[in-house]
Amino acid sequence: MILTQQLILGILVGGLYGLAAAGLSLTFGVLRVLNIAHGELLMLGGYGAFWCFTLWHIDPFVSLLGVGPAMFVLGLVLYWALFQFVVKAHEELRIKNSLLIGFGLTLVLHTLAIRFWTADERAVTTAYAGAVMRIGAFAIPLVRLSSLVLAFAVLTALHLFLTRARWGRAIRATAEDWEAAALMGIPVARTYLLAFALGTALAGIAGGLVSVSYSISPSIGMEWTLKALIVVVLAGLGSLFGSFAGGIVLGLAEATSVTLLGGPYREVVGLVLFLVILLLRPQGLFGRRG
Amino acid sequence: MKLLLGGILLAAGFAALPLVTQRNDLLNLGVQIFLAVALAQSWNLLGGYAGQITLGHAAFFGLGALVTRMLWVGGAPLYLALAAGALVATAFGVLIGLPAFRLRGAYFSIGTLALAEILRITVGNLMPEISTIPAAALASYNILPRYYLTLLLAVLCVAVVALLVGSRVGLGIRAVREDEAAAEASGVGALKHKLLALMVSTALVGFTGGAFAYYHVSYYPQHAFSPAWTFDALLIAFIGGVGTIHGPVLGALFYVIFKEVLAVQWVDLHLLIFGVLFILVVLFFPGGLVEAWSRARRLITRRTM
Repeated sequence: MILTQQLILGILVGGLYGLAAAGLSLTFGVLRVLNIAHGELLMLGGYGAFWCFTLWHIDPFVSLLGVGPAMFVLGLVLYWALFQFVVKAHEELRIKNSLLIGFGLTLVLHTLAIRFWTADERAVTTAYAGAVMRIGAFAIPLVRLSSLVLAFAVLTALHLFLTRARWGRAIRATAEDWEAAALMGIPVARTYLLAFALGTALAGIAGGLVSVSYSISPSIGMEWTLKALIVVVLAGLGSLFGSFAGGIVLGLAEATSVTLLGGPYREVVGLVLFLVILLLRPQGLFGRRG
Repeated sequence: MKLLLGGILLAAGFAALPLVTQRNDLLNLGVQIFLAVALAQSWNLLGGYAGQITLGHAAFFGLGALVTRMLWVGGAPLYLALAAGALVATAFGVLIGLPAFRLRGAYFSIGTLALAEILRITVGNLMPEISTIPAAALASYNILPRYYLTLLLAVLCVAVVALLVGSRVGLGIRAVREDEAAAEASGVGALKHKLLALMVSTALVGFTGGAFAYYHVSYYPQHAFSPAWTFDALLIAFIGGVGTIHGPVLGALFYVIFKEVLAVQWVDLHLLIFGVLFILVVLFFPGGLVEAWSRARRLITRRTM
């Protein structure tokens, strides 16, 4: 009974894990750049929605239309200022350097967020925040359900872009083999730029949804980076819906552990799962589905 | 040779400081610097010389602190408690290292980060109470033994890493960093050398954690596992000059003093500045302060010639 209710909540939060992971998986899969500041970007998106709501009273689901593009632009700037220098190196050095730069970026964004928004936990509390849909004995918070649906919709739109649009196909070709893509006349540098900006926008949208359904604070960055990494390891690279499914699996695993072991170990379960998978499959994140 | 002399002079200067002044704030600043040197130098061995960027340094610092604190507060002699802390950290390092070294590059980094977080959360759950040294020990608390212990620790870390790196084994460790396959082909066992670097590194940082536990009057046990310790180690090592002996020492002096100056204005400002500096070092100045210094010197000597 309690377990079922927990599992429902697990699925709902899992959709957001999936969305957060999709952004990371996109940049990692295409650029071979591991941006461990992904969680901090998500946090910024959350504060964007928070500001829109408290300063201008814009509904958080509406403000995503502004937060997404704003984060896209931030992604362009970050790529231009930092990550374009990284992608020039060969693959192993590329990952190592991006990891280090992401680490520096983490500190910078974290400190700035404390400066701007203080270390307090914030949440966007709308008038309809408490609305609940009841099915039998179970309660489904409507805001979280909408977040899940919206996360799925965003991923579907991105999927259509990647499979149908010219630039989307360029991104997929570059992820497959950048040298071959370059020989086919695809402007690899601009494709990288686009993929990175898209990944940042995805993080921002995920953050906006987190701020409505849950809460944000300057220190949530690492937690979300780790969640996204766990899902990427669970689901592999290259499939957006795979990330979504992986997110829900993580949500379910956490929900089960909360029921069995109690709340405090919620974060530990995912991390243990992560280590076990990494050790069983040391080829790690590059393990692609066929 | 010059570096060795400089190091000895620096250590002697610090050793003589309490003879000149008994000001508590200066001695505390000294302890901060020594802990920073030890933290960064132990990271430097594994991350700089062996090329294994670990993001789990805090796990071993925390283990050292936890074990030392429990034994020492429980009545064990300090040196035993410290040795036990270092030993447990090393044992755990080996336990983790054997499987973790199957992971290459970035996977090793995030794997160790995940490990440190698991420990931090678990310790926070099991020991939510703040840890304070007993009233009797508190009454006789004296900064001087802490000052000399941490100074000794810093000197030990620098000396051990310098000796190890200069030895035949040290060459092997660096060869593995440059090219694992080539090292294997020339008969240098990659796993063996990486494990050795990990063992020495975790022993040193476990000892550092123990010194922290002896120094700090009260803190939450979880605090010793905070990722901030790993972050400090990375910042100091990279800004000072990663993969050099004197880099982490310079970095620690620079970091702690700068942090102290900035804290007057805004508590976290140093993290912002060092974060930016760190990014710049990684992108454009991979040798850190050490490289900047030698470049500047070359410029000057060229002018005067």
